[in-house]
Amino acid sequence: MTSAFHPNPEMLRIHDLHAFYGESHILHGIDLQVARGECVTLLGRNGSGRSTTLKSILGLVGRRSGSIMVNGKEVIAEPTHRMARYGVGYVPEERAIFSSLSCEENLMLPPQVASGGMSVDEIYSMFPNLLERRNSPGTKLSGGEQQMLAMARVLRTGAKLLLLDEITEGLAPVIVKKLGEVIVELKSRGFTIVLVEQNFRFAAPLADRHYVLEHGEIIATISAEELPGRMDWLHQTLGV
Amino acid sequence: MEIFGVPSALLGSQLLVGLINGSFYAILSLGLAIIFGLLNIINFAHGAQYMMGAFVAWIALTKFGVNYWVALFLSPIIIGALGVVIERTMLRKLYKLDHLYGLLLTFGLALIFEGLFRDQYGISGQSYPVPELLQGGVNLGFMFLPIYRGWVVVAALTVCFGTWFVIEKTKLGAYLRAGTENPQIVQALGINVPLLITFTYGFGVALAAFAGVLAAPVYQVNPLMGANLIIVVFAVVVIGGMGSIMGSILTGLGLGLIEGLTRVFYPEASAVVVFVIMVIVLLVRPAGLFGKAA
Repeated sequence: MTSAFHPNPEMLRIHDLHAFYGESHILHGIDLQVARGECVTLLGRNGSGRSTTLKSILGLVGRRSGSIMVNGKEVIAEPTHRMARYGVGYVPEERAIFSSLSCEENLMLPPQVASGGMSVDEIYSMFPNLLERRNSPGTKLSGGEQQMLAMARVLRTGAKLLLLDEITEGLAPVIVKKLGEVIVELKSRGFTIVLVEQNFRFAAPLADRHYVLEHGEIIATISAEELPGRMDWLHQTLGV
Repeated sequence: MEIFGVPSALLGSQLLVGLINGSFYAILSLGLAIIFGLLNIINFAHGAQYMMGAFVAWIALTKFGVNYWVALFLSPIIIGALGVVIERTMLRKLYKLDHLYGLLLTFGLALIFEGLFRDQYGISGQSYPVPELLQGGVNLGFMFLPIYRGWVVVAALTVCFGTWFVIEKTKLGAYLRAGTENPQIVQALGINVPLLITFTYGFGVALAAFAGVLAAPVYQVNPLMGANLIIVVFAVVVIGGMGSIMGSILTGLGLGLIEGLTRVFYPEASAVVVFVIMVIVLLVRPAGLFGKAA
């Protein structure tokens, strides 16, 4: 039972989620749950519906139906800009750093919509590169710096549920390692993380559970403990 | 005294006319640039909204005795509010379609507004008196400067650079700039982009109405005053670069001055010089002087 003394342990619950781009039916009844403080991954081949699942949570798809509960509240009818107020922070695959804004303007752009957001000092100590580059135009940053900035931007807002889409794509191994450390630290601070990741080696040690998607449906849920015994099947399914 | 064989008084007065025209070009093209930047809509109703701004001031004065200074605030608020209604009820439905649909809708609106005012007030101009405080002029030695015309330049430039400051140096401006680049992500970051779009369109329209009130004592208030001006203003926006804020301001002023100089040195070309420059800019630098290439 949920109460002030026993807060809802479930941060995200999705039930029978369908999503459409125009006439194309992309998600076919997704069901998933993420507990508070948990890190889960959405695995699958390209086009399996992983990124669309994240975009559907935020209302960034053409049409959607089903149920999306964030922190116990139904949000499927909410407009995109209100999702941040429910504690949802989104880091898109393309990073979406604004070229007309400096690094620090990008960082300070999102309004703080909930308490408990990280301070700018905390963010700069987590990502020291951003402090050095704070006056540089957003698009003059390296790919790794842009990715750090995209993550830092949502940490300041007070978001507690992080939707991270392919954050390691195209980055050097040293940056990927740094991002892994950041995710471990965010987990230790109680953030709930949904990670869409192609780089299975990066995601495997970080996640508590893995959802495997194919053709817009979840075909398997694998816990961290079950993972070693399911590796062959996963490699076959994912083609990695 | 003569400069390049031209009496300094003639050169000075034509430069002043150029500067005044340039101020109107700047403020109108700034409104168009802001609207295009965030809404991706070419607001063809801008000239009609400028005309309505002048008419609101004229009606307020003749029917209700509302003076110029009050009209300078009241008219942009009324016409800006009309812009908000247009955005909420019509333009919003076109955002996912090609730019052409927005242009056609606003072109239709311009014709409707101009038709309504022509039906009501005819096409002869209505005169609007210069406010008492700004009557008379100052002898600068080489030319006579009417105070009201000096005020138009100062007021227009203040509003233009104030707008530039808000867009480039404030948090609200950062939302606008980011929204221009990627509205979906700005929404995902918790910013109410639909409201921002409504506000932006209303503000752009209010700028046009403000220019209309400034213009009322200079030109005659008539239903076609915007239609005559808007074609030149579109050329200014194209030369400056679609969506470029500073480009619109500087290009507007610069082209006004060039037009004034042309009137002195080669009057036959003064009506077309802006369009000749537009053609050259489109051939050499299609994104405009201050625009970013796609």
